[in-house]
Amino acid sequence: MGVIQNQAPAVGEAWRPSATPAVLKARARMLAEIRAFFAAREVLEVETPLLSQAATTDPALASMRVGENGAWLQTSPEFPMKRLLAAGSGPIYQICRVFRDGERGRFHHPEFTLLEWYRPGWTLTELMQEVADLVRVLLQRPELPVEFVRYRELFQQALGLDPWQCTSADLQSAAGARGLGDGLELDTDAWLDLLLTHCLEPDLGRDGLTFLHAYPPSQAALARLSSDDPPHAERFELYWQGLELANGFQELTDANEQRQRFDADQSERAALGLPLVPLDEHLLAALQAGLPDSAGVALGLDRLLMLHCGAEHIDQVFAFPIERA
Amino acid sequence: MASYKTNEFKGGLKIMLDGDPYSIVENEFVKPGKGQAFNRVRVKNLKTGRVVERTFKSGDSVESADVHDTDLQYLYNDGEVWHFMHPETFEQLTADENAVGEAAKWIKEQDMCSVTLYNGAPLSVEPPNFVVLEITETDPGLKGDTSSGGGKPATLETGAVVNVPLFVQIGEMIKVDTRTGAYVSRARDE
Repeated sequence: MGVIQNQAPAVGEAWRPSATPAVLKARARMLAEIRAFFAAREVLEVETPLLSQAATTDPALASMRVGENGAWLQTSPEFPMKRLLAAGSGPIYQICRVFRDGERGRFHHPEFTLLEWYRPGWTLTELMQEVADLVRVLLQRPELPVEFVRYRELFQQALGLDPWQCTSADLQSAAGARGLGDGLELDTDAWLDLLLTHCLEPDLGRDGLTFLHAYPPSQAALARLSSDDPPHAERFELYWQGLELANGFQELTDANEQRQRFDADQSERAALGLPLVPLDEHLLAALQAGLPDSAGVALGLDRLLMLHCGAEHIDQVFAFPIERA
Repeated sequence: MASYKTNEFKGGLKIMLDGDPYSIVENEFVKPGKGQAFNRVRVKNLKTGRVVERTFKSGDSVESADVHDTDLQYLYNDGEVWHFMHPETFEQLTADENAVGEAAKWIKEQDMCSVTLYNGAPLSVEPPNFVVLEITETDPGLKGDTSSGGGKPATLETGAVVNVPLFVQIGEMIKVDTRTGAYVSRARDE
């Protein structure tokens, strides 16, 4: 666990940045290199609003709300970016701040910088290759090998469990055998998350960039389901040195299915006692109008910078973390 | 009963788990990009001192433990339990062998100790960081040897045995660091 605690700085010192000048320079260089990378590939830089009348329905994400009109701060720029795609923008990228309430820790900060980009007409495999290309450039590690691991095979090989077949009880006993989950009551997906984060992630990306892909359909988020039997979610996450850096989707383009997922999220929110949030009707209208088949990904730049600079705590890569903001 | 939510977790927070009081040693927030957030916590059992790891679902609440630290004066041992007194209220409390633990070999009457109370009763006793105690037994050693090299075991008035320089003799008062059990100096050198 971290050497730097996310606690209030000493009195009188809170005005100072928590990142060193060298880290601030590395951040600036990273931003410049991203822009050069996409300029060379003719991907258009865009800006979309940080504030929205709608929020994300994802029960795992807590949106923050500001102002008299109660506008919502984005947890991700994905909805307005997809509206641009539906309007014929072609390939686009954005570097922006996103906001997630309640997320604080060694690898979490309630506002952070995402690089999000979309490739109309691309497959997820093509996008994973581009993610690897960019990350190798930004880390100045052109030699980093790339590995692809299917979610199902990871669980089968490491834990002897098939996430498509096993029950909550199977997962609970696998966790128990590893000294985990005492006193916890979780559903299947949460047990999978527990085992993934506590047992499996530390080994992912140990020898290079690891793309974990082909997720369980219940964890599709905004990804399309494959047409094979049984289906999987066409989704990936990128890991390096045990740290999750990016999350990518073959984007769901079906407006009806998107609405069903929003509704299912809202039902889950109600069941969990979470506040219901206004869902994004503009996104649904854009999907109705026709979103081109696209692959899209969000990459956490602060974590990438952490790995690049050898930082132990995310505060070391922010000029001013929340306690000093 | 008061409770803490996982977002209040931090080092030193006292919580109840499985009927025992625990202190949080370290707290780490763990969350997949999409999915269930957890607090992965290292906790110390305040009765046994054992440190274990536990995972909580973020947002869950945990009962607080009625544990706090107070400075008490050690009065005497009646052969079974150790008697302590609050220096201002003169309230007296007794601590058993489990609570006193290692502190027993360092404390003598009148010493101020940091005592952890659980539901108002002593749960553990911390001796002062430095104590001054008389040597009751040690080899006479070599007369005139004032070098710092070498050492010998010495038994103190409380029964503790520490390694001391050869020149220190029976009947002398010495200062000891109770955290390491190491000889610091002769008390008269202060």
